[in-house]
Amino acid sequence: MKLISAIIKPFKLEEVKEALSEIGIEGMTVTEVKGFGRQKGHTEIYRGSEYTVDFLPKVKIEVAVGSDIVEKAVETIVTVAKTGKIGDGKIFVTPIEESVRIRTDERGDAAI
Amino acid sequence: MKILKPLIFTAITLLAGFSFATHGFAQAEVADAASAIAEAAAPDEDYLALKAKYGETFDFFTISVLWTLIAAGLVFIMHLGFATLESGLTQSKNTVNILFKNVFVICMGLLVYAVWGFNAMYPGDFGGWFAAGSPITMASYGGTDFSYGGTALCMTGWADFIFQAMFAATAATIISGAVAERIKLGSFMVIGTLLVMFAYPLSGSWKWGGGWLDRMGFYDFAGSTLVHAFGGFAALAAVLVLGARKGKFLEGGTIRPILGHSMPLATMGVFLLFLGWFGFNGGSVLSANPEAVSYVFVTTALAAAAGGFSSIFFSWGLLKKPDLSMALNGILAGLVGITAGADSVTLWSAVIIGLIAGVLVVISILFFDKIKIDDPVGAISVHGVCGVFGTLAVGLPFFNGGNEDLSFFTQLIGTASISIFAFVFSFVVCLIVKAVMGIRVSAEEESEGLDIGEHGQEAYPDFSPSSR
Repeated sequence: MKLISAIIKPFKLEEVKEALSEIGIEGMTVTEVKGFGRQKGHTEIYRGSEYTVDFLPKVKIEVAVGSDIVEKAVETIVTVAKTGKIGDGKIFVTPIEESVRIRTDERGDAAI
Repeated sequence: MKILKPLIFTAITLLAGFSFATHGFAQAEVADAASAIAEAAAPDEDYLALKAKYGETFDFFTISVLWTLIAAGLVFIMHLGFATLESGLTQSKNTVNILFKNVFVICMGLLVYAVWGFNAMYPGDFGGWFAAGSPITMASYGGTDFSYGGTALCMTGWADFIFQAMFAATAATIISGAVAERIKLGSFMVIGTLLVMFAYPLSGSWKWGGGWLDRMGFYDFAGSTLVHAFGGFAALAAVLVLGARKGKFLEGGTIRPILGHSMPLATMGVFLLFLGWFGFNGGSVLSANPEAVSYVFVTTALAAAAGGFSSIFFSWGLLKKPDLSMALNGILAGLVGITAGADSVTLWSAVIIGLIAGVLVVISILFFDKIKIDDPVGAISVHGVCGVFGTLAVGLPFFNGGNEDLSFFTQLIGTASISIFAFVFSFVVCLIVKAVMGIRVSAEEESEGLDIGEHGQEAYPDFSPSSR
């Protein structure tokens, strides 16, 4: 079992969700985050004074998937979330030690 | 407690000082009162001069001017209403831009109306199609006399100007909602200015200025056609040239809703518009005629309530859940609908007109979405469609109580000619602007938000927007 954390541009969220659901991944957790990598922020001006905003709004999707479909899931996210412009985001894959479905007490792959 | 001693000392000094001062004040007060009474016994020179000048019309004239000025202030509040309504129904990443456009419109509207529009719209004895404008001058309206408009227009030239100027600016502001979230700021400023400065006074002169429509017997009490249908169809033309927002209409026919970011703002906006409409319709009586003004208040309020009522239940039935934005648009639809005939339709007709307008607006909003015309705030449906309806209703004997002076056919000609004119003018101007300077922001800027793109500012810098 692996946890895929994908940080993407916010307006891509719906598309990524639908693409993942097409390959059989139905559940996910989404958080609104701020961040930057190589994408520079922008300069804003307020009543004559300039200031820079470095942190850009992004969305983080966390999906737990079986090890067999990790590669497929990652590829799907990359294809759909890519705009080709700087600031598209990043994906991190981390191993999951244990997963539990709270309602039924199922464990392991059955819980994902 | 070193501070205690100086504090006590200061307190005693102050108390002593006050007691002496009030003693002194008391004496001064008595002296003032005495001289005031002496002065009041002899009336002010200005008052006497005015009373002599107007004669027996003085009281009614003064009250009428007072009412007109209050009404002008109420119509001004409609700009606040439009600004809040439009911000509420659009995304937070474009809020600065929307507000900016509304601020621009009031500033531009008042000035161009003073410089050209007012005289173009009211050239005097007319009957024609076009009159050139000119700046308002002291010479035209100086003297601020009853002779300015006589019994037909119980107000000074200045009151007339400011009241009409507020109307002119609302015509442009109708468009700002429909073109929101994708129009270039500079392009909007050009289009809006041309519409308010030249188009609005031109079509306005056809009726209120005594032009050919007026000679024909066309009737538009407070502007269902001259202001609302004008704005609505100009907006339609602009939206056709501009195109829909990205991602609104997906391939395969799905309509993706783009949610407004603040329902409280939208609701406040509609209530403010409702309040302002009392001045919009009430002031259009053009005097303080107690029968007419009080009647207009009632018809206006009943139509608004009926509009909200019918749109609530109609949209609830159609869409399965009660939709706040439809309810809000319904109230406005009722108001727009009654604007042509608030003084001339029978009492319960006002309610029926409101009920019909409330249903019409819901159908119209759904219709425009279906044919892929993107109108974020429903301006075309509320102002264009319901404006035409309200104008036509005045011509139906069922609504006007069998008034011989009103004819459905004349109403049709009037509303059609002005709506078509507004549409064509706007369409041509938008095409030219598109060719010369571009009319739409880039796709990147649209997704980033016009606040950053056009203004380099954010409306809500403390919050992380979720729609970028």
